[in-house]
Amino acid sequence: MFASALTDLWYGFGVAFEPQNIMWCFVGVLVGNMVGVLPGMGPLATISVLLPLTFGIKPVGAILMLSGVFYGAQYGGAICSILLNLPCHPPHAVTCLDGFPLTKQGRGGAALGITVLSSFVGASWGITEMIFLAPVLVRIALEFGPTEICSLMLLGLLAGSTLARGSPLKGIAMTCLGLLLGIVGTDIETGTARFTFGIQSLFDGVELVGLALGLFGIAEFMKSVNQYSDINTRYSNVGLRDLRPTRDELRRAIPAMFRGTIVGSLCSLIPGTGPTIASFIAYAAEKKFSKTPEKFGTGMIEGVASPEASTHSSVQGDFIPTMSLGIPGDAVMALILGALMIQGIVPGPQLIKEHPDIFWGLIASFWIGNIMLVVLNVPLIGLWVKLLMIPYKYLYPSALFFVAIGVYSTNNDMFQVGETVVIGLVGYLLLLLDFHPASILLGFVLGPRLEENFRRSMLISRGDVLVFLERPISAFFLFLCAVLLLAQIYVRLRKPKALAALALAESATGAAKAPAE
Amino acid sequence: MQNLLQKKDFYAGLFMVLLGAGVTLNSTTYKLGTFMHMGPGMFPFMLGIIMMFVGALIFITGVATPLEAGEKILPDSMEWRGWACILAGPLMFILFGVYFGMAAATFMCVFVAALGDKTATIKNSAILAAGITVGGCFLFSYVLKVPFPLFRWGF
Repeated sequence: MFASALTDLWYGFGVAFEPQNIMWCFVGVLVGNMVGVLPGMGPLATISVLLPLTFGIKPVGAILMLSGVFYGAQYGGAICSILLNLPCHPPHAVTCLDGFPLTKQGRGGAALGITVLSSFVGASWGITEMIFLAPVLVRIALEFGPTEICSLMLLGLLAGSTLARGSPLKGIAMTCLGLLLGIVGTDIETGTARFTFGIQSLFDGVELVGLALGLFGIAEFMKSVNQYSDINTRYSNVGLRDLRPTRDELRRAIPAMFRGTIVGSLCSLIPGTGPTIASFIAYAAEKKFSKTPEKFGTGMIEGVASPEASTHSSVQGDFIPTMSLGIPGDAVMALILGALMIQGIVPGPQLIKEHPDIFWGLIASFWIGNIMLVVLNVPLIGLWVKLLMIPYKYLYPSALFFVAIGVYSTNNDMFQVGETVVIGLVGYLLLLLDFHPASILLGFVLGPRLEENFRRSMLISRGDVLVFLERPISAFFLFLCAVLLLAQIYVRLRKPKALAALALAESATGAAKAPAE
Repeated sequence: MQNLLQKKDFYAGLFMVLLGAGVTLNSTTYKLGTFMHMGPGMFPFMLGIIMMFVGALIFITGVATPLEAGEKILPDSMEWRGWACILAGPLMFILFGVYFGMAAATFMCVFVAALGDKTATIKNSAILAAGITVGGCFLFSYVLKVPFPLFRWGF
């Protein structure tokens, strides 16, 4: 198994090093990093905006570029949060705690350097995990029938919606809304048009790009307009030479990095616990571990290294269920999976066998892309710092243009631009009611496959619903679902204090300021 | 009662219940079928019921918990101008795109959206819009070859 994984990895490097693919990977990392640095553009918004650009590329190149955009944007977000105290992406909320004080002390550059290093360490571990775990998972998953897939999807949806930020009930509600949006359009089996209200353009369903750009583009702009006026760029004067951490900082940061990596990879094993939770746990663990816990929050380099490493290792871990089972853990993964589906590739356990170039090429490109990030950020840091100073009032109108033309170009249909505006307005209203629209995307991407597999398993079992409990693997997944729900209820009823503390920590870090997931 | 109307969960729960009810009712207009041979209406029918249930739970927990201090549904500042301009931008894009082509659509979209900022002036917005128009049209029309004429007269 070890040898075959290495052979496959070798093959993957061959794919990733093809001139076309390496170019798209580079473009993705560069553009993702550039857009991610801009205040107010989190990875979700960045990927959504750049998604339409990948439609003309071959599937392998497209997926390499999109994942490059993703980790590029994530890294860019770290720059934004350390230098400006603006967490554009929830996992970075923790990084702000010690990152910004370091910036104030003039050590912001060193914090950035440590971030590059810890991201690389965390990501490398996550990738290694993926290489060895994914094929094993696939071998198990290939035995699954529609019944097992159905229960597994249910588990994925429940975990994704209840373990994310905010109220679990509202998360479930949003997942249901996503499932509903996935139903819109022509039913595959019978050809009946459902919930289209007779509108011709809706017969093909709601467009993924339109949905993502409405929720993470327009709704976010409405939330942030006139809110970013007082960006403080006083401290953000970082040059190339400042990136080098001192010997002492390195000595303290390196063990923290490895601890964070372990926390992140453990978190990624639990479905649904995305990078946000991983980074919070890593920070808390680091504080416990430290001899001087009282100094955290005043600029401890460990408080930057550990959460960043854990975020990146858990993000890479999130790719495992996404690529090997076809079950995304959060909205970003759902978006990447949706992009694959637009390219005509069916996600699921058969993906590695049928499209080894995509799977192994992607893994190899993670490494290449992460090295590119390190190499890019050293000379370009000055440019990124300049980008930070672009005021939001110039940013969002330009981004809005990208939204409009991006949605238009997916099908050359103006109706979908209108659809996106409506989705954006509804998304903003949902935000006002404390709903987190990220779960909508999860439901939307999984919805059609959930329905298909549910119908199929009912057909096989001759209409007997109990089949979900009779088949052992499916029963196990349902048991996990029940455990998940009961644990949530237990925590809410018995430990309201712990929750309140977590909420307080989140609001204290300015997570409230950050765009939703 | 006065308290109830200020709660987010009151509206959130109500919204989900109403939406679920609508979905359930609408799905009965499609064929439900049996469990063994499910029609197109069965899955939405079940989904609608779950949505009503979840909505009811949100509603009940909302009513049962005391009002949080400072809980408000509307944001601190009402940015009517910003909201209107952000929504109007893409609508301008549609309108001008259909009748005058990509260049005009881009300009109007960015121009109108930029006016949403409190400190925006007509001159600044126009300069920004002109810049984006040049860059955007080059990227999408020339490099990416989106089939959308730069100029047209669509009446």
